[in-house]
Amino acid sequence: MSVLTLLVRRGGNGLALLLAVLVLNFTLIHNAPGDVADTIAGDMGGADAEVMAQIRRDYGLDRPFHEQLLAYVGKLARGDLGYSFFFNQPVTELLLERLPATLLLVLSAQVLAIMLGTVLGVIAARHPNGLLSHGVTIFALLGFSAPVFWTGIMLIILFCSIFPVFPVAGMIDVTVEGGWFVKTLDVLYHLFLPMVTLASIFLALYSRLARASMLDVLGTDYVRTAQAKGLSEFQVVYKHALRNALGPVVTLAGLQFSGIVSGAVLVETVFSWPGLGTLAFQSITARDAPMVLGILFFSSLVVIVANLVTDLVYSLIDPRIRIGHRG
Amino acid sequence: MSEPHSGPLLSLRDLTVEFATRDGTVPVLDRLSIDLDAGATLGLVGESGCGKSMTALAIMGLVPSPPGRFAGGSILFADEDLTRASDAHLRDIRGNSISMIFQEPMTSLNPVYTIGEQIAEVLRRHQDLGRRAAWERAVELLDSVSIPLPGRRAHDYPHQLSGGMRQRVMIAIALACRPRILIADEPTTALDVTVQAQIFDLLQALREETGTAIILITHDMGVVAEMTERVVVMYAGRMVEEGPVRDILSEPHHPYTRGLIASVPHLHAEVSDEPEDLLEIPGIVPSLAEFGQERCLFAPRCPRVSDRCRSEQPLLRGSGGWHKAACWHPEAGPA
Repeated sequence: MSVLTLLVRRGGNGLALLLAVLVLNFTLIHNAPGDVADTIAGDMGGADAEVMAQIRRDYGLDRPFHEQLLAYVGKLARGDLGYSFFFNQPVTELLLERLPATLLLVLSAQVLAIMLGTVLGVIAARHPNGLLSHGVTIFALLGFSAPVFWTGIMLIILFCSIFPVFPVAGMIDVTVEGGWFVKTLDVLYHLFLPMVTLASIFLALYSRLARASMLDVLGTDYVRTAQAKGLSEFQVVYKHALRNALGPVVTLAGLQFSGIVSGAVLVETVFSWPGLGTLAFQSITARDAPMVLGILFFSSLVVIVANLVTDLVYSLIDPRIRIGHRG
Repeated sequence: MSEPHSGPLLSLRDLTVEFATRDGTVPVLDRLSIDLDAGATLGLVGESGCGKSMTALAIMGLVPSPPGRFAGGSILFADEDLTRASDAHLRDIRGNSISMIFQEPMTSLNPVYTIGEQIAEVLRRHQDLGRRAAWERAVELLDSVSIPLPGRRAHDYPHQLSGGMRQRVMIAIALACRPRILIADEPTTALDVTVQAQIFDLLQALREETGTAIILITHDMGVVAEMTERVVVMYAGRMVEEGPVRDILSEPHHPYTRGLIASVPHLHAEVSDEPEDLLEIPGIVPSLAEFGQERCLFAPRCPRVSDRCRSEQPLLRGSGGWHKAACWHPEAGPA
């Protein structure tokens, strides 16, 4: 099977899946109590039944369910995710506006967690009964069991209040003057705490997984062969063992991307990070159906793409599942 | 190639390796003394769990630790004691002047690297070859272990080769740096009978070509008869008999050796003979807890056992020089 066939087949599957997710989401939200008319009426300080009906008519909410669904799917097929009632802006525009911030946060946290977690796991696996190994286990357990908003708040107290070295919130400081380099540095400076907070949950999982996987691999015959060749410890561990131990870590990374929005909601809220998470939170409270649907649609797209990328990465690290390779 | 030194190339002197178990430490190798001359072939036989593979790992400096540790004796390689050598020095020796091939060709190669890379790697490590030179030499080595189309095969991954081919690759890796000693730990156990013969032929041919001494570990007396000059029989971490292959096969002293020989079909039978019944040695290898006790450890399974066997450890005694056995009641021998 060539990469192209794989992409086409997975693309087809993905489209069908997207449609299913879409219909499901739409049905769910349609049946959830409350709609945008309630929100608007609430903002106006109350409205009578006639005004409510008028609002619903304006937004097309009075039409039968199947008509609304068909209209939505039809618009989506033309790349139109609809118009946000609450933000008064096209959904696509809002999504694209908020996307970079979330991507930056989630990707940097993932990369940090994967690299650090793997290294910690490897170190722990090499001395499974050593002090460091137990340290990693405890650290992982703490990181995983502490609620992420708590971790975030504690970091804010520690590094913004007691030792004021990092900014409390936001992504950029508007008072900062300078070229793109200075501005980039400013964003990274703001990124640090939210990234560490978000990474702390992932880090725990990765280090535990890398440790277990590495322990397995270190006991294999080919690692003994590598030792029998007279290779250094470093080469035995990082060249021969690690690459074989990465499979589960890649799997987990692929799965974690499905939480790209949900995982970021809390962290983005705590640090006022202007990303998709805060957007999702706001639009759900506002009963802004098109916005919520748009975010859900986008999340499923991310999951499908992440799975595809995971498969491609697999084939990069293990020739036995190399796509389009004879054997 | 050979710097001057006195005596055998490799000499184990009262080598003792202990394992820490829940019930204290036990000697998995118990005062083992073995000599190997340059270019010689030595068979190391015994059932599973007798310490054959541990002997190999000890020579390679790869005894798993914990639970294992050197507890006494020495391993003299060209008059240098390997039990005292630094890790870095052992790494310079491993895969270079002493190398090893393992029982399981299916799992002994790393699945994520090409076989060419896995051979070239050991050349780069020990022979100061650049990437390109090492790769070219790797292809030559594949050719020397009779792998067809070596230039193309070098780019293959292990899963694309059969078990026999993979063992050939392992042999190529082991012989890449022209070691002075090759340890082959049951190299054909996992392979088809026809492939076994090919692998042994290959090892013989390469030995004649390179002058590498071979330690062949096996539980098969038939293989020993074909491949080696001298044989050491091990039981429960101890040497129980040692001698030239011909003497041991025709006149085994130790009942255990006799049992091993009797469990191989056709070893001595003429084609015209009625096939004899195959014998097996009753009972099983003692558990680790019994290792190191001051008695004959084979006694519970021995047809010739006496009270003395259960209370006193027999030492190796020779009948005229080379053939020695550790038995109070040898079948034939020191009269």
